[in-house]
Parts: sequence; C-alpha cells; structure tokens
Amino acid sequence: MSNADIALMAHLMRRAGFGASRDELEQRVNRGYANVVEDLLNPGAANAMPDDLIRRFHSDMAEMRELNSAGAYWMYRMVTTENPLEEKLALFWHSLFATGYSKLNQARALMNQIETFRRHALGDFRTMLIELSKDPAMIIWLDNNDNHKGDINENYGRELLELFSMGIGNYTEDDIKECARAFTGWTLGNVEYMSTRASRDSIWPYSRIAWHFEYRDYDHDDGEKTFLGQTGNFNGDDIVDIIVQQDATARFISTRLFQFFAADHVDDAGAAVISDMMATYFSSGYEIRAVLRTLFNSDYFKSNDARFARVKGPVELVVGAVRMAGTYQQPTFGADQLARHTMYMGQGIFQPPSVEGWHEGAEWIDSGALVERVNFVGKELGDPGNPGVQAIINRLARQADGPLSPDAQVDACVDLLGPLELRDSTRTSLSEFAAEQGPADLRADQRTDADEQRIANLLRLLTATREYQLA
Amino acid sequence: MTTTINNRNLVVIQLAGANDPLNTVIPYADGHYYDFRPNVGIPTEQVIPIDGQFGFNPNMAPVKALWDEGKVAIVNGIGYPNPTRSHFRSMDIWHTCEPEKIATEGWLGRVIRDLDPRGQNVITGVNFGRGLPRSMGAPGVPVASVGNLETYGLFPDVEEERIRGLCLDAFGKMYGGTIQDSVMDYLGQTGRDALKGADILRTAPDRYASTVEYADNPIAQSLKNVAQVMCADLGTRVYYAQHGSFDTHGDEVKVHGGLWTQVSGAVSDFMADLEEHGKADDAIVLIWTEFGRRVKDNGSGTDHGSGGTAFIIGNPVAGGFYGQYPSLAEDDHLDGDLHWNNDFRSTYSTIAEQWLGLDPVNIVNGRFEQWDFLRK
Repeated sequence: MSNADIALMAHLMRRAGFGASRDELEQRVNRGYANVVEDLLNPGAANAMPDDLIRRFHSDMAEMRELNSAGAYWMYRMVTTENPLEEKLALFWHSLFATGYSKLNQARALMNQIETFRRHALGDFRTMLIELSKDPAMIIWLDNNDNHKGDINENYGRELLELFSMGIGNYTEDDIKECARAFTGWTLGNVEYMSTRASRDSIWPYSRIAWHFEYRDYDHDDGEKTFLGQTGNFNGDDIVDIIVQQDATARFISTRLFQFFAADHVDDAGAAVISDMMATYFSSGYEIRAVLRTLFNSDYFKSNDARFARVKGPVELVVGAVRMAGTYQQPTFGADQLARHTMYMGQGIFQPPSVEGWHEGAEWIDSGALVERVNFVGKELGDPGNPGVQAIINRLARQADGPLSPDAQVDACVDLLGPLELRDSTRTSLSEFAAEQGPADLRADQRTDADEQRIANLLRLLTATREYQLA
Repeated sequence: MTTTINNRNLVVIQLAGANDPLNTVIPYADGHYYDFRPNVGIPTEQVIPIDGQFGFNPNMAPVKALWDEGKVAIVNGIGYPNPTRSHFRSMDIWHTCEPEKIATEGWLGRVIRDLDPRGQNVITGVNFGRGLPRSMGAPGVPVASVGNLETYGLFPDVEEERIRGLCLDAFGKMYGGTIQDSVMDYLGQTGRDALKGADILRTAPDRYASTVEYADNPIAQSLKNVAQVMCADLGTRVYYAQHGSFDTHGDEVKVHGGLWTQVSGAVSDFMADLEEHGKADDAIVLIWTEFGRRVKDNGSGTDHGSGGTAFIIGNPVAGGFYGQYPSLAEDDHLDGDLHWNNDFRSTYSTIAEQWLGLDPVNIVNGRFEQWDFLRK
C-alpha cells in the first residue's frame, strides 16, 4: 500500500464523505479506488445511530419541533453513518434547495425534506425537482400555498428557475410567470384546517405538524402557457420536463456538483470535466449517480489540481473533526451544541441566510468564523481522552521504539490527520512548537499523561493551520 | 456639538429579506393604500400618526419617540435604476454600489480603507453576527466579525498558559507571509486580523457598564455589543449588524410587526445607552433594506418589489422626510411597484462625505447628489 494510494483515498473520503481515520483508509485502499467509488454511489445500510436510541436519550429529538434538536439529530446521522456520501449529498441538496426554519417554525417538516433529499440524492434530477415541488417545507418556504389560479405568487416559480435548476439569464420574467401558473394548485392538503387550529390554539407549533402535499385541480390554472418557447396546457411536471432538458440545467447542476465535490474554482481543466458531467447527465437520463461517477473517476478529480482545492464548509469541518476524534458515537449530553457550532461558523443547519443558500469557498472564512473553526476543532482533537485521539496515539506508540523526537511527532501527526500537505514555513512553526514541548515517549510502560498531551497539543495546533481549512 | 470628525461612528443595520415600506411608514390617508392592501393593510386607527398623511407601523412607537426628538431622517422612495427583484442580486448592488456588474468590493470596505489607509487598526470595522456582509469585504481591508464579544479569541480552552502562549505564537507565524495563492493569502490575512482583533476586542465588555437593559433578541444583543465596543474607545468606526427575515410573502402583519418591535426597541435602547455614555453626538445609525415590496398584497403577504425606505437615526441627524413618498396611484407604479425616485448612493455619499469626511466618488462608484439629513 503506497503513500500515494492512501493520499488519494483520503482525498476521495474528504470529498465524498467527511474524512476517514487511517484504519478506514487502509481498508478502503485494499478494496481499490474504483470499487470504493461504487460502494459510495450504491450505499447499503447506513448503520447510523438508531432513532430509538437517540429518542431515548434526547426527548427533544423525538418531538423534533425545534431547530437545534433537528440539527443535532442530523449531525448524529452524519457523524455515525457508514454511507458518508448519502449524508454529504443530503447536505449538498440542502445547500442548493436551501430551506429555512425561520419561516416554518417546524423542524420536522425540514427533517422530512432532508429525508426526501436522501431518498432521491443519487437518482434522476427530474424526480428530485418534482419531489421538491411537492415538499411541504418548500411549499411553505417559497409560498406556493399562496399561488392560486388567477392570482399567482411567483416566489417558487422564480427560484425554481433562478436558484434550483438553470440560473439567472436563461429565461425571461414571462417564463417565471408562466412557471408559477403551471404550479398553481400544488399546495398543502390541510392548510386551512391547520391555520384554523393555529389561530385557535395558543400552543405553538403543535397545530402545524401534519403538513402534506395536495394537488387541487380546481385551483390549477389549466390555460395555455408558453414556457421557454414551448406552448401547451402545462402542469408543474411538464415544466420540470422542459427544465431538465435544458443545457443550462445540465451545466448548472454539473457545475454545482463540481464545486461542492471537486474544486471551488473552475479552471479550464475543470470546465472540461463539467462538460463530461453534462454529457453523462443527458446520456444517463439526468441521473446524479452517473454524473458523480464521471466526476470521481475523472483524471482531474484524482490529480493534484483537485487536492485541497476547496475550503471546508462548517458542517463538513465539524463532522470531520468529530468523526476523527471519535466523539458523539453514543448519545452525548450537549449534542445540540454541535448544530450551534456550525452556525457560529456561518452555516446553521436549516438556517441558510437566504433561499440562495450559503456563499461557499473562501467566503466561508472571515475572522469571526476562523476563530470559531480553530477553537472547535482544536478542542475535539486536542483532548487525549477522545477515542480518535487515543487511536492516533496508540498507532504512534506501536511504531515507536523509543521517545518520539519533536520532528518525528510532527511527521506522524501530519500523516495521520491527512496526510496533509504543509508549506515549509507551517512545518517549521509546528516543529518549533514541538521542540518547545520536548520528546514524547508513548511506549506503554513509559507513557505519562504529559506525553499524550504533547501529541494532542500538536494535533490541536495542526488543525489550526491554514492548510487544515482546506479539503 | 463636541464631535470631531475622527471619532465619528457609523452603525449600519441591514433589514434582510426586503422590508415592506408601505407597512413601515404608512400612507394612511391615501385610499389607494387600503384598496391595494385589503389583507395586509394596517387599520387607520392603529397607525401611529406622523402627520395628516403618514404614520408609523403600530410596532414602531420607540422610533416615533426618536422622531419626535428630531433624530430620525426617513428617505422615501430609495432605490436604483432598473430594479431587480432578486434578493441576492439586489443586496449585492446595495453592498457593492455596482448595479451593472457583479462586484467583489463592498462600499463599507472602501470606507474602512479610506478611514485607515494603512490598516493600522484591524478593528476599524467590526461586524456583529455570523458571516461577514459583502458591504464590509474589500481585499486587504481587515474587518473583525464577532459572534459573541464575551468569548472572542483563539484557543480559549487551553488551560496551561505557557502552552496557550506557544499556540498563539505559532498561529501568528503560521498565518504570516504571502505566498501568491489567493485563498492561502486570504486565510493568512484573516488569521492575522483575527489574532490581533481578538486581543483588543476582548477588553471591551470589561470596560463597559450601563443601566440600559437590552431585550433578549439578536438585534438587541448585537447593538449592545456595538455600544460596548464604541464605549471602549478602541478606534472602531464602522459597525454592522443585521436582522430578519423581512421576506414577508405570507403572514406579513404578524411577522413584520414582530420584527419591527425588536428593531425599534433595540435602536431606542442603543440611543439611550449612547446618551448615558456621552457618545450620542458621535454616532449615526443607517437602516437599509434591499428593496421594497409590491403595492398590491398577495393574500396574507407581499411579493418582491422596488422603491424602499431607509432610516438615518441619531443626535447629529436633522429629522424629517427626505425624498418624495412614491405615488400609490396605479398609473405611477413601476411594474406594480412603488417607483423609486432617489438613488441609494446619494444617501451613502452624504454619509461618506458629510459624516465621515471622505471623498464619496470612489466609495459609491460615482458622483451623486447629496441630502441635507445631517446637521451642519
């Protein structure tokens, strides 16, 4: 097993998942890169922390009424799943079809939406857009329940085109209105009943829970519509049919997947990969699984150009750190803090700044967010009591035949946390820090708490580097 | 007035999601208002009258009190040419002063650069809240972004002081130097700014005491933090906070009213706090939103429109109406919206030149007529 194989697998797992421990990387390298890609694209049982266990310890996550309960519940799944790509994609779709708690006051509807994203994450984009259009949280979020025959509310129609499928510049204001007309009648079944109860009951928000999709023929505008140059008595699914056939849609979704999984910045080589992804999009019948297969198996993705070419988003940073530290594997007091921390870093789950989602790439970083990132990850990986940190220390101990010199400590930590690629000046600073701390003797009969703490301190500092902010 | 140009502060509050101007400063004597707003119109008897024509939303009593003291300027009909109804695009335009193309420099970033051209104070601009607004971002301009002033800083949970000191030293070195890689250089600059800004800002809460009790909501807490930093005299000049979401497509009367209760209370408490600390002559507050909303309601809310309302509040402000209130008559609408009649860059220019003493042309990308909403 070569270092290059480990480094490539670490890259794939940072992108298609939330990073991986060295033990996991070794197992996956043995399976072979192409096989691992297929494993990720064809997930089996997730074996995430079971709902009944979560609910036994967190009654708030059984009711799922509140924001942080729902955020923490999802974090548990991201932290413990054996299908990391499934959760990573759910996060991708949440970023793209960004729906916020602020308007819904109802977290369960958002969790249901995420479950829909999970179910269709790797399927065809047409089905995804149809299901999105029927999703109760989305209907409320973008007001399609107020979109009536003869009295349109164009919010969903506009964002479906601008933010969810084609991007601005590929349609006219008239197309938006026609799109909105086609989605009249796509509403919630019991919204009047729910709103009567909401106005009568003072106990918020129990009365809002039972949202479900309903199509109302009598409130649907069945008249002729002209949308993107085609004319007919279009309904919402006809509109989606037209949308998914557009080059603009293929480019939009391929580019967004590329930027989320491969590189923040699209250079010429990246543009060529996006062209290949677009071709796959059409040849596969708009299948996301096939489009991602093209991406992950591309020479570009495997090359150095794509390594560390993305700024880690807050959720992937936090989940990655927690998985590496081996914490929160069991119900843990204060788990709701996990969701709060990603919010402090600028990515509150279910709290996108707008329906546009989050500005990604370098825009994740400002001085406030950087402080939060460094402090959170440092606390997880700077504690020698955490299982993942123990695992790293024990691994070092097995390789050691004497006290580890400061430089050897740096080499080992850089390797086991990534391997990471550090600039010389970063490495020098780490070596100086390690030298100030002194050698660490990790052999079982020699080891003291101070020896372990030295390694943990070094891991903490390593996660504070610029390089660690990149995926 | 005791103020000198070098200790003048600008506090910017963004009402994210597009505040509805018609339900904020209400043309309650105009029959069109009730014709177009059968569902979300505020009943005449609930409006807080300003004069025979206009009145404040019922949830804005604290703003009315400031108005009565002559401290509130209201710019009606504010907007920009060829208005877009996309939140994000419109916010970008207000943030960058660039209506024609996508820009990356924020106008407040340029203000901060001109206030402190050599970047001597890394906290000339401070954002309170999560994520830096585009207004404040400009290459090479340090800006601190503070979630919680009380706990701001690096490695707070390293117990051993010697190790924490070593960590901070190492951090400073690791984030030093430029390497001709835009992302890494940006990270380096951000890290250095964070390190330095944290050392300074951490001192602010300890140096502050006040009898004002702010409400427990995000905008009130943000303005409390603004007051803490301003009162600590750390050289901060530009402060940013935001509140929302004002995107009231549905259930507008309740949601919009609740938000204004919070904003009005927070601004009023903030003004009282500045008064208590002798800072009230040194600060103005600009409240803006990305666009207005449709004249006609859609049932229980309003869709995206244009032609908004901005507020400038403070002792140095010459209170009153500025800009014509757009006509509600259907023939005067711009595509179903209130027709804007003054460019937001006039307001920005006025603040940049008359309040901060800066040349506004580069800051707002052009020369715009200025208002008289600041006392001479």
